[in-house]
Amino acid sequence: MTKLLNNWRLALYPVAGIVVILVVWQLYTDLFGVSQIVLPSPTDIWGAMVKNNSLLLRETWPTLLECIYGFALALALGIPIAVAVANSRTLNLILYPILIATQSIPKVAVAPIILIWFGIGMESKLAIAFLVAFFPIVVDTATGLRATPPGLIELARSLRASPSQVFWKVQFPAALPFIFAGSKVAVTLAVIGAVIGEFVGSNEGLGNLLLTANSQLNSPLAWAALVWLSALGIGLFVIVVIAEKIFMPWAEGGH
Amino acid sequence: MAHANVQETGPAGWTEKASTLPVIGKFRDVRQEFLRKTGNPLLAIEEISFDLFEGHLVSLLGPSGCGKTTFLKIVAGLVKGYTGTVQINGVDVTDPHPDVGFVFQQPNLMPWRTVIKNVTLPMEIRKEAGPEATARAHELLKLVGLEGFEDAYPNQLSGGMQQRVALCRALVHSPKLLLMDEPFGALDELTRMDMHDLLLDIREKTGATCLFVTHSISEAVYLSDIVVVFSQRPAVIADFIEIDLAYPRTPETRYSADFTALEHRASRALGITR
Repeated sequence: MTKLLNNWRLALYPVAGIVVILVVWQLYTDLFGVSQIVLPSPTDIWGAMVKNNSLLLRETWPTLLECIYGFALALALGIPIAVAVANSRTLNLILYPILIATQSIPKVAVAPIILIWFGIGMESKLAIAFLVAFFPIVVDTATGLRATPPGLIELARSLRASPSQVFWKVQFPAALPFIFAGSKVAVTLAVIGAVIGEFVGSNEGLGNLLLTANSQLNSPLAWAALVWLSALGIGLFVIVVIAEKIFMPWAEGGH
Repeated sequence: MAHANVQETGPAGWTEKASTLPVIGKFRDVRQEFLRKTGNPLLAIEEISFDLFEGHLVSLLGPSGCGKTTFLKIVAGLVKGYTGTVQINGVDVTDPHPDVGFVFQQPNLMPWRTVIKNVTLPMEIRKEAGPEATARAHELLKLVGLEGFEDAYPNQLSGGMQQRVALCRALVHSPKLLLMDEPFGALDELTRMDMHDLLLDIREKTGATCLFVTHSISEAVYLSDIVVVFSQRPAVIADFIEIDLAYPRTPETRYSADFTALEHRASRALGITR
């Protein structure tokens, strides 16, 4: 009970910080008569959000799907590749340089090429979201699998565990904290990837809406789309954190 | 049968009294070399021969790095490439034996498993998990005084409690032979003394044979029927000491003249005292 109360108190600090920023922002735009095009005030943005609520909601849906599909694909391909890299020296030597090379290419630069390959629809955004989310998942999972305490593996061997039992009962759960750490980074990157894709070429999504509103000098709407985008990123991050708490209940309540 | 075995090779310190018991572990001319990365081999164990009799608690006592843990891991089937004979119940050891339990220096508990799930892990790996295994685990946890901690996670327990869970895990499949590698080395003095009495109690109740690696002279003497003293690397047997102190041993045992004399003999074998 006291813990819950403490959590509430802890939540007050960031809320207080945000409130201060909003008040200063509002006062600045009101007192100095800043143009709505240059910097809309928080109340302008709120007004645009209320007015365009259904539009924003409609445009959020494709962006959300792009992020989730891209992230899910990154998990589905990234974890098996990490397992291969962590368990085979040969595969590690072959794949690691390629992974690092693909990672060092700026995703904004490949986005137009991907658009040519996959077209203007959801597939190209999904591909870019996947590309940016993939790397942290592979690297963190491989690190986690390699960081399995040798004592636990030796214990499993002393119990005559088969290689698949060693993997499922020891290595994989030992790597879970790393997989979740990578996923938290990856899911926020997936949002960035999806928006990059929409910027380069699309006809729907929050990134597309932001670009359109901007070109019409409708700054309040552009900012409203931005607020929704960050809410989307935070929401996805929170879902990963909740999944972490569900799948790793042991991580809490230590000394 | 054991008698005949012993007579023919005559391992150091063999005694008439022990010969009435069946042999569970037979070790003859055990030798272990490791290939180092530099190319020249490292001789860890030169020659170890002795018999392990059923129901005995035998300590392997020696300085750090002398090869006693290596020897234990050979018996456990975890270290390969030895020469000589290592048999458990007459069968050569090439892989971990199903009738053996191993307690490591570290508790090695799975942090993601609750206490009860850690204890039943060996049964799960053997595909023998079920209500019977769980009942056995409960029984063992009660025996070591951890009743009520079944659903706790390891990070909620103290070091001594974790090692007690590890002990239960090693015992859950009712092994004939318990191998222990300095299991209490990381614990504080008072906890360690508690664990000594707990181990002796468990041995009494389960009848398991124990091979116990330690570098503590008093621990070896207090617990054991026989103390096998290892020399510096490469290991040979420096002395084979029968501890003829009556069980049950109590904390008072540690202060008897006989106890001190046995400690002194062990320390002479280790080259600490003259």
